Amino acid sequence: MNDIYMDHAATTPVAQEVIKAMKSFYSEKFANPASSHLPGQKSAAALENAREEVAELVGAKRAEEIVFTAGGTEADNLALKGAAMALSNQGKHIITTSVEHHAVLRSCEYLEKYLGFEITYLNVDKNGLVDPQTLHNNIRGDTILISIMFANNEIGSIQPIKKLAAVAKENGILFHTDAVQAAGQLEIDVNDLGIDLLSLSAHKFNGPKGIGALFVRKGVELIPQISGGSQERKRRAGTANLAAAVGMGKAAEMAEKNLGKKRKELISLRDYFISQLRLNFKNLKINGPEPGSKLRLPANINAAFKDLDAETLLFNLSLNNIAAATGSACASGSLSVSHVLKAIELEQAYIKGSIRFSLGKGNTKEEIDYVVEKLKEIISRLNSLK
Amino acid sequence: MKKVMIAMSGGVDSSVAAALLKEEGYEVIGGTMHIFPDYEEATDREDHCCSYSAVRDAKRVAQKLDIPHFVFNLQEDFQEKVIDYFVDEYSQGRTPNPCVMCNKEIKFEALHRKAIEIGCDYIASGHYAKIEKESGRYILKKGMDENKDQSYMLYVLNQEQLSQTLFPLSEYTKDEIRAKAKALGFEIHDKAESQEICFVPDDDYVRFLDANYPEISKSGPILDTEGNRVGTHEGLSHYTIGQRRGLGISMGYPIYVIDLDHENNAVIIGEDEAVFSDGLIAEDLNFIPFADIDGRMEVEAQIRYNSYPVKAYIEKVAEGELKVEFEEDQRAVTPGQSVVFYLEDLVLGGGIIKKSFKKS
Repeated sequence: MNDIYMDHAATTPVAQEVIKAMKSFYSEKFANPASSHLPGQKSAAALENAREEVAELVGAKRAEEIVFTAGGTEADNLALKGAAMALSNQGKHIITTSVEHHAVLRSCEYLEKYLGFEITYLNVDKNGLVDPQTLHNNIRGDTILISIMFANNEIGSIQPIKKLAAVAKENGILFHTDAVQAAGQLEIDVNDLGIDLLSLSAHKFNGPKGIGALFVRKGVELIPQISGGSQERKRRAGTANLAAAVGMGKAAEMAEKNLGKKRKELISLRDYFISQLRLNFKNLKINGPEPGSKLRLPANINAAFKDLDAETLLFNLSLNNIAAATGSACASGSLSVSHVLKAIELEQAYIKGSIRFSLGKGNTKEEIDYVVEKLKEIISRLNSLK
Repeated sequence: MKKVMIAMSGGVDSSVAAALLKEEGYEVIGGTMHIFPDYEEATDREDHCCSYSAVRDAKRVAQKLDIPHFVFNLQEDFQEKVIDYFVDEYSQGRTPNPCVMCNKEIKFEALHRKAIEIGCDYIASGHYAKIEKESGRYILKKGMDENKDQSYMLYVLNQEQLSQTLFPLSEYTKDEIRAKAKALGFEIHDKAESQEICFVPDDDYVRFLDANYPEISKSGPILDTEGNRVGTHEGLSHYTIGQRRGLGISMGYPIYVIDLDHENNAVIIGEDEAVFSDGLIAEDLNFIPFADIDGRMEVEAQIRYNSYPVKAYIEKVAEGELKVEFEEDQRAVTPGQSVVFYLEDLVLGGGIIKKSFKKS
């Protein structure tokens, strides 16, 4: 067996067609899209074409509603800080959840610490889902922004976004969603769902790293977080990362086209994986919503092995050329306990043994069988050492 | 091919040790412990073991050597076995050596177990010491470099641990290792030595205790040898045997801490000659070349890391208790510190100092 990669939630391989689309923008078509000369105009056109593809992916009616950023993290920062600063004279209360990505959580902490905002973190149920009623109950007169992720990167929970956005709308409050994990796996229509701000990251759907986007509904004001030139309609300064934006556009086009097919394939593989895990291991819990419930990301498997150490399992898998994850990729530097698993109140004995496998391009049934075999070997050896 | 996990601190010694193991033909995996408590502010100081920059350095060395590298979170074990021990000892008026406990319970126990769990045959470290096998037992000896010898810290290792441990630096001097590091292109060759307590970022253990465990320090009397009160102390944990500074008392002649009376929460001070002892009682014993001591033995005893072995006689006085009598009386024998016994470069074993005594 070759190297097996099951960490697509951390990042995905760039599609060959995307690389092909990007190449010429590094060498021949390199001109700055902001330049007024002819080469610049050609670059600008390519940038705007890419923008349209990204708009298409999320169902935005106007391409101008897409702001390119340097990634999903920057998009989250722009959404939270940009909206908070724009609306601070109307109120200083923000509602988010306890299972958000760190880019959202730390941005909220920043607003709290430096700009005097108050943040409410909504609790989630044991599947990691937010109850729209709970959101409703926490809204105050001074609430100016609600930020709830589309789907969770650790345990795959898909939030009831339409209902949550409706609650926000009823109360005249801006609704932001971090859709970094959802794009490419789930259908997104910002108008049907009633979303005002939405974050995207190209490298999660076979695009390059270093480029993302924020959907900003027309009429929503944000204070720019990167100051400088007037690029992105003065919402985000800096010379466009042209080649990467083109790459994101191409990746978005492919994601939109293949969405239905990809979703079906992933669900089939995911459900097979989960059933094999349940078949072969006792004392196992699957974290997050049940596969059949339609509330779980097609690519996500998060398995908790009771009384085993996830770190040790993960390192053993690594040494067997199988790539998986614990917690989220960004947290692995600190190796602290996952805030998401704590939020769903998973018992300690299971939290320490939770591993995430996230499927994508290239994964097969044979690979899943191999991984399950290896897990059996590893766990059997670890149990004998106890 | 035998697999070995080299414990990497990011420092010169463990980095070169990793390279040497690879040269010797082992399959090498780098491992760094994450032990730093969350309640202390992490440091990026270069000379501080297990700081974030240390982990980064270790990873970089692993990258250059093209070996896998993993970080193991041992915070819980470390808190329980090292930090809690450290605090508990200070609360009893003793002066602990946490590094000895870390070697015993963490580096060569918890981390060692992780190495086995990921399929390694051995654990290795950059300690300057030597392991050999003689008459069916594993023995521990000083390393080649007299000045850098770290065998003192390793007297706690048992036969099982020794059988699965490698010390690649045993035949080298520190200068040779630094030169080797430079030759290998490691940026750390000029790095300052890592000293002091790894989990106290500013090296101020008094501040660490006062900030995180204030309950162990209660103010009390400073008494002279006659029992007269001559001053007030801020908590026994702030003092150590032989200490002269920070007493806040002027008697016209030099005075030193000669005892920390835990029962009465008193610091006892005396003149210079009172700081000397003829012997000590040690407990928590570990012997290496033999299972247990038989009768009375002449040895060389080292009573702290920054000291050297001196002639002494040891014999058992009770189960798990050893009497050590020095040939010449020794200064500042400190309960809580380790006493390690040598025969030339062979480490016989050692124990924790329970109390000192004076024949007169």
